[in-house]
Amino acid sequence: MYTPEMLESIKIVEQTRPRRLKETFPRLTPEEKDRLLRSFHPDHMPDAQRPVRVGPNKGDKMPHEHVGLLESRSMLDPDAFSLDRVDYDVDVLVIGGGGAGTSAALMAQEAGASVLLATKLRHGDANTMMAQGGIQAADKENDSPAIHYLDVMGGGGFSNIPELVAALVLDAPLCIQWLESLGCMFSKFPDGTMNTIHGGGTSRKRMHFAHDYTGAEIMRTLRDEARNRGIPVLEFSPAVELLTDEHGQCAGAVLFNLETQQYLVVRARTVIIATGGCGRLHIGGFPTTNHYGATADGLVMAYRAGAKLIFLEATQFHPTGVAFPEQILGQLVTEKVRGLGAQLVNAEGEQFVYPLETRDAVSSAIIRECRERGKGITTPSGRQGVWLDSPMIDIIHGKGTIERELPAMVRQYRRFNIDMTQQPILVYPTLHYQNGGILINERAETGVPNLYVAGEASGGVHGRNRLMGNSLLDIIVFGRRAGTNAAARAKTVQLGRLTLDHVRRFHEELAREGLLGQRTAPILLPDYRGRIV
Amino acid sequence: MAEEKEMVSIYIMGKQYRVPYGVTIMKAMEYAGYRFIRGCGCRGGFCGACGTVYRKPGDFRLKVGLACQTVVEDGMHLTQIPFYPANKATYNLEELTPTLATLLRHYPEMTRCLGCNSCTRICPQELQVMDYMAAAQRGDIAKAAHMSFDCLMCGLCASRCPAEIVQYNVALLARRLYGRHVAPRAEHLARRVEEIKAGKFDAEIERLMKMDRLELQKLYDARDIEP
Repeated sequence: MYTPEMLESIKIVEQTRPRRLKETFPRLTPEEKDRLLRSFHPDHMPDAQRPVRVGPNKGDKMPHEHVGLLESRSMLDPDAFSLDRVDYDVDVLVIGGGGAGTSAALMAQEAGASVLLATKLRHGDANTMMAQGGIQAADKENDSPAIHYLDVMGGGGFSNIPELVAALVLDAPLCIQWLESLGCMFSKFPDGTMNTIHGGGTSRKRMHFAHDYTGAEIMRTLRDEARNRGIPVLEFSPAVELLTDEHGQCAGAVLFNLETQQYLVVRARTVIIATGGCGRLHIGGFPTTNHYGATADGLVMAYRAGAKLIFLEATQFHPTGVAFPEQILGQLVTEKVRGLGAQLVNAEGEQFVYPLETRDAVSSAIIRECRERGKGITTPSGRQGVWLDSPMIDIIHGKGTIERELPAMVRQYRRFNIDMTQQPILVYPTLHYQNGGILINERAETGVPNLYVAGEASGGVHGRNRLMGNSLLDIIVFGRRAGTNAAARAKTVQLGRLTLDHVRRFHEELAREGLLGQRTAPILLPDYRGRIV
Repeated sequence: MAEEKEMVSIYIMGKQYRVPYGVTIMKAMEYAGYRFIRGCGCRGGFCGACGTVYRKPGDFRLKVGLACQTVVEDGMHLTQIPFYPANKATYNLEELTPTLATLLRHYPEMTRCLGCNSCTRICPQELQVMDYMAAAQRGDIAKAAHMSFDCLMCGLCASRCPAEIVQYNVALLARRLYGRHVAPRAEHLARRVEEIKAGKFDAEIERLMKMDRLELQKLYDARDIEP
C-alpha cells in the first residue's frame, strides 16, 4: 500500500542493498554519541521540561506532562471522603495487573500473605503484553552477570543505581528459570539450549525470546498461574489514592470501579505499586507504543504520599515506531528486526547509524537524518521516516526467517497490504518507555514505609536509558522481590487509623504555591474523544 | 488532518456516525465520541481486548477483526465483544502430565467438536484453530502448542463455537504443558543458576559496584562484543 513516491524510494534502497550487506556502519565514539544526544534527543529540546513546584522533587526538571499531573489535586476530597467502611482488608495490595504486579502477587501469596490485585483494565492489559523483542539474562558460557552489569551501566550512561543493577543481573537467570518452570515457551534449540540474540547495547547474545510474542507469552503464563492459584483480582478498578495511617505509613488505597463509578476502600499492611509507564501522556507530542492505560497513575499517588521520583527527565523514545501506514502510527517495530540484521537507511539508500547503538542514540540519529539533513522519506500525511530494510533478514539468515521470527510484525503489516519480507518498512522514533520513576532500593522499597514499587513505575535500575530486554527482566526481578519482601513485612506491620492526611497536606502545599486548581490526577485513561490519535 | 479526509458512515451498535475514511475501528469510535473502558487494551494487536463483529452493506456474512487493526468501511455495522463468558479450568501445572488424558480431564467438552471450522474462520490472527484443536484431540501437545502460539485469547473462537469449546484456554493449557513438561530444559541456564546461588559472581559484581564512573566507562568502552 505504499505510494508511488515511496515505491521509487524503495527502488533506491534495493539498489544499495547488495553493497550494504557487506557494509558495517562504524559505531559512534563516546564523544560523537554525547554530541548527538545533546543536539537531537527529545529530552534535550528547549522548552520540553520545567521544574516541579511541589512535593519531594520540588525544583527538579521533568517533562511538562509529568509536572502537570504532579501539580494536580486528588480526585478525592480528603475532608469529605469517608474511610469508615473498609471493603477489603488484606496483607498485600498489588496495584497493577501487568507482569510486575502479577509476579509480585504470585510471590506474595507463595510467602503466605493474603493478596488482592487491583488493576485498571483487564488482568494482563499492560505494556508487558506488548513487549516483543525479548528478555536479557547472562546464562550462556561466554557471558556473565558482570558483563551484563557493565552493559546495563553503559546503556544508562553510568547513572544507574549500582545495587539495583546488581539485583537485576544476578536475579536474571533465576527469573528465566522461574518462567521456564511455569511453562513459558521460550524459543529453544532441540537440545533445550535457549536461542539468544543481540539487542541494542548488548555485548553478548543474551536476549531470550518467544518468537516476537515474548511479553505476551510471559503475561499469559503468569496470569494463568495467578488464576490457577486463586489470587483475587479486581479488574476495571484502578487505585486513585494511597491511604496512610497517622504515623505516615502506607496503609492501603482507594480504588475506583470504572464501571459502577463506586469507590472502594482497601486496608493493606503493605502496598505494591506496579502501575507501569506513561506513554499515554504523549510526552513531547509524540505518538506512543504504549498500552491504553499507561498514564503514570502510580507516580502521582506515590508522590503525594511522599515518595521520591528519579530520572523522570529521561524518556525513552524507541527508534523504530511505525511511521507508515497512518493507521498504526507510533506502534512498535521491535528492536529484534535490527537484532536480526536489518539496517536503517535514508532516502538515498545509505546507512547513517550503526543499527544497534543504544535506543537514545539511534532515535537521535533518525531525528537528525530527517530534521537536519533532510534525508527522510515523507508520508502522505506529511510525516517523516527512514527505511528499516527488513528484507535483509531473509537474505542474511535464509528465506522464511522473518515469517518464523517476527510473525506478529509480518501480520501487523500484512493487514495493511505491506509485505515486510519483500519491502522495507518506514519508521520514526516513538514514545516507548519511562526510564525513571519512583525511587526504590534493591528490596523494591520506597522511602514511604510499607510502600513498594516494581516495574516501569519504579526508577533507578535503568539510569537514564534502558536497554532492550531489560524491562521484561526488570518486571520479573523486582516484581518477585516486591512480592516476597512485602509479604514478609506484612507479618510485622502494625497499622494505625486509615487517613488521607498526606493528601490534605499535599493540597495545602499546592494552595501555598497557588497551584490548587480544578485539574485532578491520576487521569486513569487518556481522552481521545473527537480526535484521531 | 481529519478535515481533509473523505468521511464515511459507520453504525456503532446501530447508531450512525460520520468518521474519517481509512482509520481503524478503534480510532473511529473515539472520533465518534467513545471513551473506552472495555473493548480497548494495547491498541497494537497483542492483547485481544477489542474483538469486534461487523457486517458490510449488501453482505449477509458476519466478519470479525480487532478494532485496533481493522479499518472502517462505508456502511459498516459493528459491535464489540469485549468479554465472553468462558470455561477456564484450574490446575497445578507441576502435577500434570502432558497427555491427552490431562487435556480431557480439564476440558472434556473438547471432544464435542463438530468440525465446522467456525473457529478458524473467525480467528483475527488467522490461526488454524480447528486444526490445533484436532492436534489436541490426538494428544499431540507439541503441535497444539506451536500452532496456537500466536493466539491473543480474544475469545472470538469460543463465541462462535457451536460445541461450546473454549479453544483458547485448551491451547493455553497445551502450551504450558509443552513449556513445562515437553520442551527440554536449558542446561546452561540451570548451571548458571547454581553458580549464582554459590556466589561465583558476587566478588566481581561488588568490585564493579565500587568503581567510579570513569573506571566503569573505560571498561565499558574496551569491552569485547560478541560478533
